Amino acid sequence: MFRSKAKILQLAVTLLACAFLLVPTILSVMAGLTVNYFQGISSGLTLKWIYQVWELYADSIFLSIRLALACLVVTLIIGLPAAYGLARHPGWLSRLLEEFISLPLAVPGLALALALLQLYGSMKGFRASWTFILVGHVLYTLPFMVRSILAVLAAMDLKTLEEGAASLGATPWQRFRDIVVPNAMPGILAGSLTVVTLSLGEFNLTWMLHTPYLKTLPVGLADSYASMRLEIASAYTLVFFIIIVPLLMAMQWASARAQRIAK
Amino acid sequence: MSNRTFVLACLTPLLIFSLAFLALPLVRLFLASGEGDAGWAVYLDILRKPRYLNTLVLTVLVSLATTFAALAVSTTAGMFLLRNQFRGRGILLSVLTLPLAFPGVVIGFLIILLGGRQGLVNQLTPGHVVFAYSVVGLFLGYLYFSIPRVLLTVMAAAEKLDPALEEAARTMGASPFRVVIDVIIPGLMPSLIASGAIAFATAMGAFGTAFTLATDIDVIPMVIYTEFTLSANIAMAAALSIVLGLVTWVLLLIARSLSGATVAAGG
Amino acid sequence: MTLRLTNTAKTYPDGTRALLPTELSVDRGEIVSLLGPSGCGKTTLLRIIAGLETPDAGSEIWFDSDNVTSLPVERRKVGMVFQSYALFPNMSVRANIGYGLKMQKLPKSEIDARVTEVLEMCQLQAFAGRAIDALSGGQRQRVALARAIAPRPRLLLLDEPLSALDAALREALRDELAVLLREFDITAIFVTHDQDEAMAIADRVAVMSSGQVVQSGTPEDLYRNPKSAFVAGFVGNAMRLEGRCEAARLELAGGALTLPGDGTGQDVFVRAEDVEISADGPLTARVETVTFLGTHYRIGLSGITGDVLAAIYAGQNAPRVGERVKAGIKPEALMLLPQDPARA
Repeated sequence: MFRSKAKILQLAVTLLACAFLLVPTILSVMAGLTVNYFQGISSGLTLKWIYQVWELYADSIFLSIRLALACLVVTLIIGLPAAYGLARHPGWLSRLLEEFISLPLAVPGLALALALLQLYGSMKGFRASWTFILVGHVLYTLPFMVRSILAVLAAMDLKTLEEGAASLGATPWQRFRDIVVPNAMPGILAGSLTVVTLSLGEFNLTWMLHTPYLKTLPVGLADSYASMRLEIASAYTLVFFIIIVPLLMAMQWASARAQRIAK
Repeated sequence: MSNRTFVLACLTPLLIFSLAFLALPLVRLFLASGEGDAGWAVYLDILRKPRYLNTLVLTVLVSLATTFAALAVSTTAGMFLLRNQFRGRGILLSVLTLPLAFPGVVIGFLIILLGGRQGLVNQLTPGHVVFAYSVVGLFLGYLYFSIPRVLLTVMAAAEKLDPALEEAARTMGASPFRVVIDVIIPGLMPSLIASGAIAFATAMGAFGTAFTLATDIDVIPMVIYTEFTLSANIAMAAALSIVLGLVTWVLLLIARSLSGATVAAGG
Repeated sequence: MTLRLTNTAKTYPDGTRALLPTELSVDRGEIVSLLGPSGCGKTTLLRIIAGLETPDAGSEIWFDSDNVTSLPVERRKVGMVFQSYALFPNMSVRANIGYGLKMQKLPKSEIDARVTEVLEMCQLQAFAGRAIDALSGGQRQRVALARAIAPRPRLLLLDEPLSALDAALREALRDELAVLLREFDITAIFVTHDQDEAMAIADRVAVMSSGQVVQSGTPEDLYRNPKSAFVAGFVGNAMRLEGRCEAARLELAGGALTLPGDGTGQDVFVRAEDVEISADGPLTARVETVTFLGTHYRIGLSGITGDVLAAIYAGQNAPRVGERVKAGIKPEALMLLPQDPARA
């Protein structure tokens, strides 16, 4: 099938890259399930590490899920109307605004977290509450939501569709509810899955913004990597994979679908 | 409510949020960078003091190495997966793209499993090969999260390449190697530059991976972190953040103007 | 409903005058077509009537005795068929047609009944449950019409409703549309750039050019008595006979013709169907092109006037290319129109 040398070389590179990405993942899954990783699989398989992870870190897992859902709600409330506004008002001002809110895609989370701490760090009540972390997550995920919806809206003849609805007696709000939102659905779905996935895995901002009482899943992961035995760290990573991988797959499927529609 | 008012009302929550939590904090961060003992000369200190300059050079070097390695691996694999239909292709593609949103800390841990003291390589080889906590480990970690990003960007661009161009070159007698040099690489160039910029910017700003691996290595994100938490040198942390943010932002701006696509930074 | 526009104009922020001050009135039940080339302001005028475009200050739009000038589109109670149809892809055919009734907050049972009635009228019963993207172009066109008509608007506005269809379908739907509009018994304004469409559908045609209504009348009137070279050319493709007028005589390169009146200082026009190829004609010409069109031939003649003059030939044995022929035009077929100031 792959007769030429060039093809075989390409295949080798591809397989090597796959191995590089896959092998450590498998190692981590194995390590989380073996009795003693240093002795290897021969020491037997166990779920006790997973159980311990649950005892130690269930709170952080639930906090992350709550945060991700709250983040989704906020990004929808802000992002959906904003995407519509940007789609209906194309122009340099909209481009500038879109570029500005996209800054968190480019600027490292560490820098954003420092900026937030500088301005709001002294507001003790806010600083210590979970909403402070939420602000960071919204900041980071909002551009994904806005762009995802905007791409779908920009691909359809939104203006004419709205004129059609207006000629039938629909007010701006009715047009938004009946025409804009249903037709933006593929973008909303892709954006929502992206927001939840990214929020669950967000570490850079969260590490700087969290307090000892508010540890998210990735913060807990970093904590376990630093202070727990390898099996527990691996088991925790496995739990994270179990949560994140289906979401990632759904996100990639939804994004590909939204992109097809946007074209 | 008129149409225009409604549209403006739609933008209001976004405006308020980004003003309160993005614009003002960034302004504050910038001001904070000049409030240290050195004043605005803090930016000169980055270039004058060996500690910061070495950090800057090392970060750029590791990021450059990551960029070229990721471009080479991902372009080869991407073109191969795009041009060949075979069983298991979909699985290989999933394996190569799934780590896209793995957090940097997790990737750091995966590198530890590969090259740490209890790592796979150390177990398989007779000598003591531990590379996870060295520059090599950092490079591999950055490579890990750059491969999916570059792969997706390059594949999206390669899908749009007109196969007739390659066929035309072949009919004129070009060897497969010449076709790659003369047709495929020039056709992919914008997306190669774009994804290279993405890989570079992501590596420059990667905190999670560095946090797990680079306890003894000075890369910019780690220095920002230690300046802020350990030395309480807020001005320097802010100045380094501003410089880092500007560099990554400009790079991604270039990337986007060339490819039109945005792949998440972070890591 | 009667529609009355006074002093209605539209100037864009960049200074472009899309519509010069225009007066227009449309009687109850009348079907008026706005006809003109692209960029003549016909769509702008329609969109101003709909309320989708704000006219300049001083413009007035009256629906019967209501001044609707400042009323937004959603409160004008107009039905509109868009060029691209603007059917909602997230709704079925039935939901699309019922949308306007839903906006009027009618009870569900009444909406259902009205939608069913309209579906029947437009012969769309079979497609009621379908998604929009499962319809052909012609079906979409009918759904767009049904949707516009279902809320019983005061005025129906159609913006190039047939232009998205291919030629064969366009002709069939044109006649169908003419019948349906009369069945609805509604005041309608219909924008098109296609003279055949305008004449087939409208009771009255308003020809527009450069932001102005240049002539308005029944299709027959416009065809027979154009008031300007533009109308003569746009409606029925009249050709100018370049020559010298001396009283009631026109001297052409290929011979002389008798005019229906004094042609001094005027331009003379003729239509292809009035150019007769016959042995006793006063004009001499050379055959340049012969196109067989099934029921007749279209012959291109040179030597009569500056340009090639088209003639319709209905006989069996058409002349051949290169042949010399005689041709004539009856005086009453010649149209005397004021000279185009742009050329003079």
